[in-house]
Amino acid sequence: MEMTGGQVAELSGAEIVSRCLAEEQVEFLFGYPGGAVLPIYDELFKQDKVKHILVRHEQAGVHAADAYARATGKVGVALVTSGPGVTNAISGIATAHLDSVPMVVLTGQVPTKAIGEDAFQEVDTVGITRPCVKHNILVKRAQDIAPAIKKAFHIAATGRPGPVVVDIPKDITLETTNYFYPKSVALRSYNLVTRGHSGQIRKAVELLLSAKRPMIYSGGGIIMGNASELLTQFVHALGYPCTNTLMGLGAFPATDPLFLGMLGMHGTYEANMAMQDCDVLLAIGARFDDRVIGNPEHFMSVNRKIIHVDVDPSSISKRVKVDIPIVGDVSEVLKSMLEHVAELSKGSGKSDVDAWWKQISVWREKDCSKFGVSDTVIKPQSVVKTFYELTKNEDVFVTSDVGQHQMWAAQYYKFDRPRRWINSGGLGTMGVGLPYAMGCQFAYPDALVACITGEASIQMCIQELSTAKQYNLPIKVITLNNRYLGMVRQWQEFFHGNRHSESYMDALPDFVKLAESYGHVGMRIENPSDVEGALKEAIALKDRLVFMDFITDQAENVYPMIPGGKGLSEMILDGSSD
Amino acid sequence: MRHILSLLLENESGALSRVAGLFSARGYNIESLTVAPTEDPSLSRMTIVTIGSDEVLEQITKQLNKLVDVVKVIDLTEGSHIERELMLVKVRAVAKDREEMKRISDIFRGRILDVTDKTYTIELTGTGSKLDAFFDALDREAILETVRTGASGIGRGDRILKV
Ligand SMILES: Cc1cc2nc3c(=O)[nH]c(=O)nc-3n(C[C@H](O)[C@H](O)[C@H](O)COP(=O)(O)OP(=O)(O)OC[C@H]3O[C@@H](n4cnc5c(N)ncnc54)[C@H](O)[C@@H]3O)c2cc1C
Ligand SMILES: Cc1ncc(C[n+]2csc(CCOP(=O)(O)OP(=O)(O)O)c2C)c(N)n1
Ligand SMILES: [Mg+2]
Repeated sequence: MEMTGGQVAELSGAEIVSRCLAEEQVEFLFGYPGGAVLPIYDELFKQDKVKHILVRHEQAGVHAADAYARATGKVGVALVTSGPGVTNAISGIATAHLDSVPMVVLTGQVPTKAIGEDAFQEVDTVGITRPCVKHNILVKRAQDIAPAIKKAFHIAATGRPGPVVVDIPKDITLETTNYFYPKSVALRSYNLVTRGHSGQIRKAVELLLSAKRPMIYSGGGIIMGNASELLTQFVHALGYPCTNTLMGLGAFPATDPLFLGMLGMHGTYEANMAMQDCDVLLAIGARFDDRVIGNPEHFMSVNRKIIHVDVDPSSISKRVKVDIPIVGDVSEVLKSMLEHVAELSKGSGKSDVDAWWKQISVWREKDCSKFGVSDTVIKPQSVVKTFYELTKNEDVFVTSDVGQHQMWAAQYYKFDRPRRWINSGGLGTMGVGLPYAMGCQFAYPDALVACITGEASIQMCIQELSTAKQYNLPIKVITLNNRYLGMVRQWQEFFHGNRHSESYMDALPDFVKLAESYGHVGMRIENPSDVEGALKEAIALKDRLVFMDFITDQAENVYPMIPGGKGLSEMILDGSSD
Repeated sequence: MRHILSLLLENESGALSRVAGLFSARGYNIESLTVAPTEDPSLSRMTIVTIGSDEVLEQITKQLNKLVDVVKVIDLTEGSHIERELMLVKVRAVAKDREEMKRISDIFRGRILDVTDKTYTIELTGTGSKLDAFFDALDREAILETVRTGASGIGRGDRILKV
């Protein structure tokens, strides 16, 4: 590793940690103290550059750092103590890993001499986190702390982003050493390809222009690569249909006429049909997840040409064999593609796709997102829809947990901008919603931040209501309370003979009182006619956290749905009648 | 198909477990794995023998390259190469078998490194299949103990793996 630049001074390891974070311009450090990190906490106390946020559970701290990264594009940073601090942080680290979120997690470790002796609060942090990080480093000497932190930020933020753990034994935070913060870092074993092969790019554009039934399928990579504007330009230049994955929502404006909605297991009829029936598919910053293409054999049983752009070569031809692989950064590749489109469409031009759009409008007419209305019971979809209507002209951050409510949020809130929809797609971690909202609210204190959650998920990090009180975070919690582990119940109905094995949420707390006991505003909404009023009232309470407990239809299911093992065109559509 | 992958990796603690962990986490086969530092003490060289389809090998190579500690990966079996493995075998060598053991060892170009009145300890190098063939030539009853290093490999001619 080569490091260059920086001023030399003699400092303690702990002070070095705090200086490094300041050098990286870390705004917020989400953490929880303990024995192994006390020297670092002591240094944090003495400085005012990095603001430490005291969460109530390490998992939530890591989730909050993760959301801060997703919402801002910067690296999220968390600090936890050794042993139980680390084990609590694992869910947060794995969540960020599966969604490729840039994050640095600093973990305390027992003193170097005690490592391996089953010391108090010792876990093998590097070992336990290895499968769920982009990289991890156990620092063994005080003089290695600064280079390790520099390296961690570099690796976390570049290429395909991801979490990096830096494990720091207590004794080296107390030792003093020469400190200088490297300005840059070069690793011989970490070389990134960003440009994309120009010959392949040209071939790809030629193929796209010759398509009769083209489709553009984009995902989280567009958001991570800050390429939403370029993608939008590109799609407009071609006039082709575009779909987004769950992680890509907001990468292309949801209200654009060329947008077909989300695809996949709970995607729209038109997006899934077009994905299946297209003759040329451009996959860009998306990874052919099993929740997206369903059964890969069914998907590949149709003849179509696939172009795949991804910065991570291992995402390409992993689940689906592609015809034109392009390894590169989405922005670089899109820029170059746009130039080719401008040049190539001058000549013979592109082929006529009117018939394709006609077919798509037939699919659209199915109106797969319609849902039943009721005057007696609140339809969960209607809560999201109403919330969207009330806030669509504002810059809103919507976080979610995991379950049916997550899918309804994705389906009925129309995201026109990137980094506004924050949820756990890859790991599907219940409990992220509230800490995610915290991370967003810290990053954007004046923005409207809403957490659309379920009565089960919210209880997995409910303790963070206390953190939200301490820092006055005016989050709007929208609980779609169906008294069920709804998504589990839905699968039991479809695949397990409707036997509701342990999917019922009994003995729920009174969420209004619970919220109030933390010092927040609580609301319980039971009538469909009160939905809009309650939402308006909550939004108007600009400086308070409002916990809205919407008592919703218990029987509602998420549609469309591709049952496990089925193909994209084998959706179950009908659910609107119940 | 059987492939021999050659890797250069940072000679850092933990690098080996990253590679081994990758294979177990993703369900790839490891037939053998050997690793030792190179003449440049900051680098280790690893040889992995694995079995998989072309698609699986493509993923293995990509995933290995993704590991931050891995500097270079090549698939030796894509070109002409030399493969060698070292084996030490302790065999029973008594009465009339004693002569026979020596003879088989000579045929396989083995070297007898240690002798007692009841045993021979034989050193043998060659490809994996040659070492297998040696086993087949022996009476199983006569084998007391074996240890194999796993294959090491290097490209032929100008094919060089270096940073
Ligand atoms: C209950 C539940 C239901 C779900 N249902 C659906 C569903 O119906 N539809 C759906 O789509 N998902 C669904 N998911 C989410 C699903 O599990 C996956 O997380 C998601 O589909 C992956 O999205 P993605 O392909 O955009 O990949 P991401 O995980 O966002 O990965 C992004 C890709 O882009 C690449 N990349 C990153 N940065 C760059 C760059 N700068 N340049 C180039 N490439 C880059 C990465 O290498 C990676 O391959 C569901 C999840 C849950 C929990
Ligand atoms: C930590 C964790 N445990 C279990 C699951 C499996 N799971 C997925 S959805 C779900 C039910 C969620 O219930 P709720 O939050 O009430 O949402 P609903 O589906 O009812 O809208 C469960 C248990 C999970 N995703 N995460
Ligand atoms: Mg529920």
